[in-house]
Amino acid sequence: MFRLALKMLVGDRGKYALLVSGLTFSTMLMAQAMCLFCGIMSWTVSSMRNMRASVWVSDPMVEQVSDNKPLRASDVSRVRSVPGVAWAAPLYQGAQQARLEGGATKGITLVGLDSSTLAGAPSQILTGRLEDLRLPNTVIIDEFAVERFSEATGRAFGIGDVFEINDREARVVGICRAARSFTGGPFIFTQYERALDYTPAQRKMLSFILVGAAPGHTAAEVAAAITARTGLRGWSEHEFIWSTIYWYVANTGIPINIGLLVVVGFVVGIVFSAQTFYAFVLDNLRNLAALKAMGLTARLLVPMLLLQAITVGLIGYGFGMLLTSSFGFFALGHGRIAYLMPWQVPAIAGAAVLSICVFSALLGITKVVRTEPAIVFR
Amino acid sequence: MNPTASPPSSGTAISVRGVEKYVGEGDARIQVLKGANFTARRGEMMFLVGPSGCGKTTLLSLIAGTLAADAGELNVFGQDLRQLGSDRLAAFRARHVGFVFQQFNLIPSITVAENVSVPLLIRGLAPRAAEERARQMLARVGLADRADTRPGKLSGGQQQRVAIARGLVHEPDLLLCDEPTAALDRDNGQQVMRLMRDVARDPKRCVIVVTHDNRTYGYADRMAEMEDGRILRVLETQADIREHHPAAG
Repeated sequence: MFRLALKMLVGDRGKYALLVSGLTFSTMLMAQAMCLFCGIMSWTVSSMRNMRASVWVSDPMVEQVSDNKPLRASDVSRVRSVPGVAWAAPLYQGAQQARLEGGATKGITLVGLDSSTLAGAPSQILTGRLEDLRLPNTVIIDEFAVERFSEATGRAFGIGDVFEINDREARVVGICRAARSFTGGPFIFTQYERALDYTPAQRKMLSFILVGAAPGHTAAEVAAAITARTGLRGWSEHEFIWSTIYWYVANTGIPINIGLLVVVGFVVGIVFSAQTFYAFVLDNLRNLAALKAMGLTARLLVPMLLLQAITVGLIGYGFGMLLTSSFGFFALGHGRIAYLMPWQVPAIAGAAVLSICVFSALLGITKVVRTEPAIVFR
Repeated sequence: MNPTASPPSSGTAISVRGVEKYVGEGDARIQVLKGANFTARRGEMMFLVGPSGCGKTTLLSLIAGTLAADAGELNVFGQDLRQLGSDRLAAFRARHVGFVFQQFNLIPSITVAENVSVPLLIRGLAPRAAEERARQMLARVGLADRADTRPGKLSGGQQQRVAIARGLVHEPDLLLCDEPTAALDRDNGQQVMRLMRDVARDPKRCVIVVTHDNRTYGYADRMAEMEDGRILRVLETQADIREHHPAAG
């Protein structure tokens, strides 16, 4: 009978196509929105993805990585004296303007790395050498900077080219791959002291201290020890990433706006699929009643309808996730759209589609179970 | 009686005694059957006739076990239907009852052979075996060459023959037909009735036909006339039928 149920389903090609396309669209809406949300959230922590360290140290009032409350330069030494700290390096991070030939300016995220260790340097240098940062007035720019600077100058921007940050020369010696920032400015890496030269002087300019945990100490232990002994705020990388994400969730409209998209996708799925499946059941009601008259019990009829609903759900979900992944592949290929698909996205979308299908099936089941088989004689 | 077991051997197929049925609730509650009495035998085709609203279809539904009587005795092939719960009633129908509906009720999205195999699938037969038997049954009703066609591609007469094949494929003891010729023209109607008369010649089987179509009365072995929820009289022979219905075909 289950084979028959599937044949009944696919045999009604119009409704079958409507059901599958509705669930495909619904899956795509929900998954796209969740991927965009995850992508945006990943952009908010791009600094931590680009400058890797097991422990970050900030001002105690800092809640997230873009929050700039500078520390004193001497804080680096205080942190180094905490037990469990293998090394500690200063890090500058700030928004600046790059002035290109022809006068065009572009917003950038300037990163100053400790000159002796280059701790926090990007892990993927695509062209050039990291060590060249030790040469005078040199910077390493990310792929996005290459793209934006090339657009602005009208030619391929690359190694050897020069631009200005606050009237000081910056010469490109390398190109790296870096995660995109939430603010949209490309990452420009240089030495810590040179970053301070590029930046208008302030009383305190140290953004963060990057720390490595000594062998036998966990990042969480070291972070807690730094907090306790220095009065600064020590964060394990994991803790700082989630604190940053929670901050954006709590303090921006992003979750609400994207959450609305997910809800719209869910509602579209419910309305469209439930309505179409109910119409499918209504169209077949006399035939289903005839099956009941012929001796088919609810014990078999209910699983038949559930099978039909779950089958269209799985097919629609499959197509929806395929389209979402294709879009993601395209988006990631171009790198301009915040897009990330952790395993939770397909899992949540799958659970949502399953609940839509079960709800739709229940509507139909209620109708069929309540229908007297005697209606076939009327 | 076990609904899946064969019925006891006896001349009486259906016994209806003082059956009453109400429909609706409150002020809208009306009595559709007011103590209906009649008996149908094995090996005969019995017609139930009467004006619209007299209770024919309700009585047919009660015999089928798709509705429950409010009072009276209803015995089908030795089984008191009022003693059966819904699952056992469904099992009884699946084993002993075949149906032919006015609107055929064939599933449009599956083939003719698959439609005919449905009663066997309900009884748990494997799909391949069920379809093989369905094809044999289609050959008996002259539609072997249309087995792989969708029902929508067949004429009304052919669809009703498919419905008859579906009603008979599990070899039921009782075939219940609700206005089987209502949606057919004269020629197709006659063809279908000839087929059903042949079916009724099986001495173990009883065929009950509810109809308005007096062109088919010539096929009845006996005829129960209904009026206002009661069996008015039972015409025992074809001569009686012709005497009371001179326009019968």
